[in-house]
Amino acid sequence: MENHLITSIISATIICGTPLIIVAIGTLVAEKSGVLNLGAEGMMSVGAVAAFAVAFSGGSPLLAVLAGMAAGCAMSLLFGFLTLTMLANQVASGLALAIFGVGLSAFIGKPFESAPIGIVPPIPIPVLADIPVIGPALFNHQSLVYFSWLLVGAVIWFLYRSRWGLVLRAVGESPSAAHSVGYKVIALRYAAVAFGGAMAGVGGAFMSVYYTPLWAEGMVAGRGWIALALVVFATWRPLRVVLGAYLFGGVMISQLFVQGSGLKLDVPAQFLSALPYAATIIVLVVISRNANTIRLNSPVSLGQPFRADS
Amino acid sequence: MLLKLEARPEASQRMRYLSPLIAVALTLAGSLVLFALLGKSPIEGFKVFFIHPIRDLYSISELLLKATPLMLIAVGLAVGYRANVWNIGAEGQYILGAIFATGVALFFQGVSSIWVLPAMLVAGVLGGVVWAAIPALLRTRFRANEILVTLMLVYIAQLTASWLVHGPWKNPDGFNFPATYMFDDSALLPVLIEGTRLNLAFLIALTALGAGYVFLQRSFYGYQMQVAGQAEAAARYAGYSAKRTIWIGLLAGGAMAGTAGMSEVAGPMGQLTESISMNYGFAAIIVAFVGRLNPVGILFSSILMAMLYLGGEQAQQYMNLPSSISKVFQGMLLFFLLAADLFIGYRLRLGSNPFFGKATWKTT
Repeated sequence: MENHLITSIISATIICGTPLIIVAIGTLVAEKSGVLNLGAEGMMSVGAVAAFAVAFSGGSPLLAVLAGMAAGCAMSLLFGFLTLTMLANQVASGLALAIFGVGLSAFIGKPFESAPIGIVPPIPIPVLADIPVIGPALFNHQSLVYFSWLLVGAVIWFLYRSRWGLVLRAVGESPSAAHSVGYKVIALRYAAVAFGGAMAGVGGAFMSVYYTPLWAEGMVAGRGWIALALVVFATWRPLRVVLGAYLFGGVMISQLFVQGSGLKLDVPAQFLSALPYAATIIVLVVISRNANTIRLNSPVSLGQPFRADS
Repeated sequence: MLLKLEARPEASQRMRYLSPLIAVALTLAGSLVLFALLGKSPIEGFKVFFIHPIRDLYSISELLLKATPLMLIAVGLAVGYRANVWNIGAEGQYILGAIFATGVALFFQGVSSIWVLPAMLVAGVLGGVVWAAIPALLRTRFRANEILVTLMLVYIAQLTASWLVHGPWKNPDGFNFPATYMFDDSALLPVLIEGTRLNLAFLIALTALGAGYVFLQRSFYGYQMQVAGQAEAAARYAGYSAKRTIWIGLLAGGAMAGTAGMSEVAGPMGQLTESISMNYGFAAIIVAFVGRLNPVGILFSSILMAMLYLGGEQAQQYMNLPSSISKVFQGMLLFFLLAADLFIGYRLRLGSNPFFGKATWKTT
């Protein structure tokens, strides 16, 4: 009985952390190129509704994820156009994207509210899933959970082991230097922003098709914003994103286990639901209080516009 | 073809005021296209959004009623935004204002005194200020990013309101509906025009706009906020306190949002329910930008935004469209504004005349 509980806690924590990992890793790549896109919540919402629409019309889960990815990507290109081409303020444009995306998803999703779709089954990994306790907790998940791990590995390899990763980081540190040695700063930033949007879309698809197979207005419920905070928490390092995401996943599922455990805790449900948001604030304070951790780790040109010939 | 984007020697003041108008025109065009795409008559859509809200006195009073919280919140946000203090959690401060004001109204249930309303107003302001003081403290003391902190506090505020109306403040005679008692008459804002719902809060909002104008355009502190936002280094050299800027910026936003929250529970709602969160806090961000962070501009942009809100409700009724269509238009408006703002600092030139600077911008 005890083992069973441990298994389900670990498993639920991983599931809860998965969209945060996917979105935060995408945001991290965009920020590494020096672009601060605060629109993750909006891109996630649109990705979620696009994926749900495809799944509801009979598309496979993979097709749904691709639709979410395309939708998130399209939203991010809108942001890219504003900030990279039209040189608009990144903070204001990101806010605009967040507000617009949440509104647009509510508009598109209206006909799908409380419509049912099938559950995506988990895929147990042979042999590994048979390890007692840990096996079913770690290796019996839906495909996107494994995807999130591969994504982290791929991004770490890309950023720190590949030539283009080096260029991308250089663009984030000093766009004018990168420009002067002949790299196309704006094109690279477009690519990084598009990748961030695509991943936000996948995170949204995970929410509406895999995590809770339904669409409801506001179902993303701040996860996009929490993912942004996670990047700060992780001081722009991918492995710490994973750590942070599972930490938050644990906080998020704690309410389910308190309610399900039969413990007669005299705590209102809303209080438990507020925990992840309160935890985000606390984590931000703890990380930010040391100015150096932020200053030394954040990409130097983050949030600053760049024009090739200015 | 080669289009050249040339930096203007000086930011164009004309474009600064023209670009919101361009954004409105483009949003209008975009909304007509959207109606056509949805298979609805664009003319009908235009009528629902822009003619219905002003067709008679009652419609106009409803329009101003809707614009009131937006004016209040946006003028408060403008104070912070001028100094690059990004309070985007006005929605949470608004909810806290509503909660505090409701607390006072419930406490004085059955007491009819002319002091109930002023006490509610003070409580509302206090609620917003308390909620804005948290990010101000965390930013000045621990450098925690105010964007994320104010936003997280929105969710916490929504859950707090939800807990109150489901729990301790729930009206036991309310047929299990999660809401407080309806307020006594002494806890309701007096109506300005007989037969409408337009109430005293509208005058409070106009006063706030006037006070905002004096503070932002005519006072030394307002000038300091502006300098802090536009040239941080210059502000430091001049000895302006960055911490004070952050405090003023956030608390002004909180106080005004709290006032708006009070004006909703003591006005059209008459009680606290879960639907207190109307996204006014987020819409006001757009209002503030479209109004150029200027109280006069905010007056007009909040009326425009109120039109979009009411239009959305009417579109649901008359055109069978989800009311969230108004949010799509609101977002569109902000996008067009941000894009049009490029031309404050730059101008477009055709051809490749070498005399017009080296800046090139290819379009295909």
